Amino acid sequence: MSTELFFVQLINGLQYGLLLFLIASGLTLVFGVMGILNLAHGSMYMVGAYLVWYFVAVTGSFTVSAILSAVIALGLGIVIERVLIQRLYNRNHLDQVLLTIGMIFVFNSLQSILWGNDPYGVAVPDALSGSVPFTDNSSYPVYRIFAAFICIAIAAALYFVVSKTRLGMLIRAGESNREMVEALGVNIKSLYTIVFAIGVMLAAVSGIIAAPMRSIVPGMGESVLITCFVVVVIGGMGSIKGAFVGALLVGVISTFAAVLMPTMSNMIIYIFMILVLLVKPQGLFAK
Amino acid sequence: MNKTKSLASAVLATTLTAGMSLGAHAAAGDPVKIGVMLPFSGIYAQLGEAGRDGLKLALKENAANLHGADIEFIELDTEAKPSRAPELASSLLNQHEADFIIGPVHSGVAMGMIKMLRGKDTVMIIPNAGAAAATGPLCSPNMFRTSFSSWQPSYPMGKVALEKGYKKVYAISWNYGMGRESLDAFEESFTAGGGEIVEKVLLPFPSTNFQSHVSSIADTNPDAVFTFFAGGGAIKFVKDYDAMGLRGKIPLLGSGFLTEGTLKAQGEAAEGVMTGLHYAEQLDVPKNREFREAFNTEYGHYPDIYAVQGYDAGQAIANTIDQLKGDISDKQAVISTMEKLTIDSPRGEFTFSKAHNPIQNVYLREVKDGVNVVQSIAAEALEDPARGCKL
Repeated sequence: MSTELFFVQLINGLQYGLLLFLIASGLTLVFGVMGILNLAHGSMYMVGAYLVWYFVAVTGSFTVSAILSAVIALGLGIVIERVLIQRLYNRNHLDQVLLTIGMIFVFNSLQSILWGNDPYGVAVPDALSGSVPFTDNSSYPVYRIFAAFICIAIAAALYFVVSKTRLGMLIRAGESNREMVEALGVNIKSLYTIVFAIGVMLAAVSGIIAAPMRSIVPGMGESVLITCFVVVVIGGMGSIKGAFVGALLVGVISTFAAVLMPTMSNMIIYIFMILVLLVKPQGLFAK
Repeated sequence: MNKTKSLASAVLATTLTAGMSLGAHAAAGDPVKIGVMLPFSGIYAQLGEAGRDGLKLALKENAANLHGADIEFIELDTEAKPSRAPELASSLLNQHEADFIIGPVHSGVAMGMIKMLRGKDTVMIIPNAGAAAATGPLCSPNMFRTSFSSWQPSYPMGKVALEKGYKKVYAISWNYGMGRESLDAFEESFTAGGGEIVEKVLLPFPSTNFQSHVSSIADTNPDAVFTFFAGGGAIKFVKDYDAMGLRGKIPLLGSGFLTEGTLKAQGEAAEGVMTGLHYAEQLDVPKNREFREAFNTEYGHYPDIYAVQGYDAGQAIANTIDQLKGDISDKQAVISTMEKLTIDSPRGEFTFSKAHNPIQNVYLREVKDGVNVVQSIAAEALEDPARGCKL
């Protein structure tokens, strides 16, 4: 591999990793704060992609569609938390797993009923459809650079909210001692609703951003869910910093694996995960 | 997801009797039973429905030629799950005593069906699955195919590439039957004519993380790229290829499924992609125009290639019944009649090879303004080599 190709692939890997972080951030946030393992997280990614596809077809504007879809996802998160998740805080993980697996089936069937089983695609918005010269005979699409920056911006915003704001303080307090926070007069119930809804919205926003780069197909949620779990487990369950580092590692490693040993590429990130867990059984940044 | 549903659908095998007998003379005996094993749920549901609709249209159009035979359809949902195939095929064979079994879409399911039906009296007609083995090592007198073998759409593309002056080609696909067989078929004709495969990449199915491979293609700088992907993977690959700036610089060639049912989602990124296939929606054949209008009148939308293949399976059955004057009790006669048929297909006329695969034209198509436009006949009356078939 030439040095030039090495850097090209490194950029591909980082770009993929940033998107993975965005998807995984909601999963790890919800688990870290609420102790809920949301297996339907991938379905929320799918919902985001399908919603934006649907609204682009109706309105013709990607920006309007993206905002509409994100708001709907936030609302969906609130409803799911209030109607379903709330009942499970005092139950064990198995019950949570059963409920959220059930939600995967429900969302897949809804997708099939509402939008059918054809594969769809969303066009890149006109303003971002250009590309910048890259190597001799390839260029880099502006939209993918933009997507990477959106991911970085959201990562920074998450960091700021969790570490510098009152909401973040409550989130961190709720993580370490739920009863004490409640005793101090904080409405932990609505705090949990907000956190869960943000988690859902983060997954949907990743689906929205990914939509113009990927194909929108049935089952797209499950395929990202597994990669997401690898990212979160490597980084340490519940750690946002861990998810960031884990996502970049997985992105870069799987990109190089795909090029250097294509037939085995799917295996490599799992082997990497096993190695990490052997050395650090709780993940890189476990709490 | 479909575990509960699979039980239910097996039990609820919808038996639909289409009132096709012509009042004049009542059917001689039992109705002709056509077992339909297609996916009506899951990712291939659309393909299964199209195939069934085509099949029924053909039998409806030919109702007057059936010599009073009643047609009874028994529909089973395969869900495109290979594990359920033997059980469903066995129920059609033993319980329903079907005279003809149509299916499936998915090559894995085909293998399961073949296990049960190979060498039996009941005639099996495959309306899609391209697995080489079905008309290769596992061929059987009672098994027919109205679609294609995986070899057929790709083999002519090797010659096409040479004619266009491409010497070095980068080949990429998924590492499973159809993917490997497509690349091998291309390589066979391309290297025989002096071409060189500079890189052959097989990715795990159904991975769609293509961007890094597109970067590698740019770095390798071949004369052209040949590929097989379908469905969501086809959309993603074509979009990545365009996004990284390779479209218009390095020509993209493929097996026809790269641009079937995906053009709308691929949008401008698909412009200029060249593929080989035994059909094109705009194919200028009178039968095709006729069929497209008839299908649209019946179902309210225009047919795709899967509907064509189902329609031809229906034509094969109807023509056989017609030639035997409605008496299909002698299964040897059914087989020897069917294998001599010339099917007046929307793709152009075709006959069956010794291995019972269509001998058909493969067209070179190029995407222009969102349509697969036929450029030329890439191979005329192309017969699958049927390697390993003893028929």
